[in-house]
Amino acid sequence: MTTFIQTLIVGLRLGSMYALVALGYTMVYGIIRLLNFAHGDFIMVGGYAIIFSVPAVKAMGLPIWVAVFPAIIVCALVGMGTELVAYRPVRKNGTAMSALITAIAMSLFLENLAQAIPAIGPNPKVATQIFPSSGIKIGKVTLDSSTILTIIIGLAVMLGLYFFIQKTKIGRAMRCVSEDKEAATLMGINVNRTILITFGIGSGLAAVASLMYISAYPKVFTTLGVMLGLKAFVAAVLGGIGIIPGAMLGGIVIGLVESFTMSYISSSLSDAFVFLILIVVLLIKPAGLLGKNVGEKV
Amino acid sequence: MLEVKNLNVFYGAIHAIKGISFTVNDGELISLIGANGAGKTTTLHTISGLIKAKSGEILLDGKNIQKVPPHTLIDLGIAHVPEGRHVFARMSVEENLKMGAYTMSNQKKIQENLDKVYKLFPRLKERKKQLAGTMSGGEQQMLATARALMTDPKIVLMDEPSMGLSPLLVKEIFDIIRTLHENGSTILLVEQNAKMALGVADRAYVLETGKISMEGTAKDLLNDERVKKAYLGA
Repeated sequence: MTTFIQTLIVGLRLGSMYALVALGYTMVYGIIRLLNFAHGDFIMVGGYAIIFSVPAVKAMGLPIWVAVFPAIIVCALVGMGTELVAYRPVRKNGTAMSALITAIAMSLFLENLAQAIPAIGPNPKVATQIFPSSGIKIGKVTLDSSTILTIIIGLAVMLGLYFFIQKTKIGRAMRCVSEDKEAATLMGINVNRTILITFGIGSGLAAVASLMYISAYPKVFTTLGVMLGLKAFVAAVLGGIGIIPGAMLGGIVIGLVESFTMSYISSSLSDAFVFLILIVVLLIKPAGLLGKNVGEKV
Repeated sequence: MLEVKNLNVFYGAIHAIKGISFTVNDGELISLIGANGAGKTTTLHTISGLIKAKSGEILLDGKNIQKVPPHTLIDLGIAHVPEGRHVFARMSVEENLKMGAYTMSNQKKIQENLDKVYKLFPRLKERKKQLAGTMSGGEQQMLATARALMTDPKIVLMDEPSMGLSPLLVKEIFDIIRTLHENGSTILLVEQNAKMALGVADRAYVLETGKISMEGTAKDLLNDERVKKAYLGA
């Protein structure tokens, strides 16, 4: 029983992290039907931004995790920059395929750029401990503070995002643009600006995921986002790509699958199981868990 | 109010609109009729800035509006009810109507206008919580029309409001258009259904492969032999 509960909690922790990254994929896909392969690399950017911000945060006497705020800003700027420099020009003149290839190119560019920057370089950097190492014990289950905080932050961010999209003016504009760009323009919505804001928010979420990642595995390297991004992408597809609650659900499911496979089957098979689940779900529900099975709207 | 002068529009190499000119005066209901592919929708899209003209002028109250970004046209008083309704299917009726007032910040005024369109379209009030995508074509047309009225526009562009509707619903929609006109709205109506369009209009223009082939009062056009033969099936 103790193992079960411990595994469940670890799964929720991983799931929160995957969910935040999956949200970034799904928001961008929802609004411009682009699989932003560079999104995983935004986590890497966020990781380095946190590492480089820690000394300043320490000097100011603030808790270490405050370093996530400059990282959110850096990631949002990188995400919006990517949209402005790479995706928008291609969207205007190119096909869906050229946009996809641009996204892959952006991903490789960010990874290699990071290596080329002397302060980063090819060797991994070790991060300081993000959250205090204290923990609590409930019965036989031990919970350390980083696990509890990761789950709480994850839930809070998801809830906040949900209300933002449902209730605010920008959120409504985002939903309109994702449904119908022409009608959105006729309503007076600046479509390009709304897309830019979506990139900013999605990429900012990646920085929060970076914080969660570093608190669990305190090592940052230039290809950190590749596997994490891929699994989060699986989570987004599993939940139904383009659907925000789907990304949240998909992230949690992937986290739980990974955690339970590691505990009960084999730790080396956990990644394989993640992809196996994806294949099984897509065979039964091709549009994902929360997706509606409708043809692409024309 | 609205003046289009010598407008030329291209789709790639295709010359879709070939130097058309027309005017819509304050309080008038003008119909633009013509067959499929004559360039009616293209004309409206060009006025709304969704397509850029190659040459010519579009003036609103004497001011050229071709250089302003398309999403700001609603603030200048141009509302567009697009062909095929384009309601936001995953939003409720009321959310759709509020999106019509997206650029307005005065909450009291938005509520006033909401009450106003609900009075005009009681059926929308009954269904305000329903998702727009689950409504019938006629109801969606009403919603798209009501949504365009949320900003008190100077002029409403309506694109094929009868498309895909049963004759009974077409009559209902045209009754609404007539009411809007009687209430003082300025309307530019694009329609394939020439009989209905000429029935409600003050004046009309006949568009034929990108050119205006005839113009006049709706009454004269209704009695014109060529119009009768080509568009009224007589």
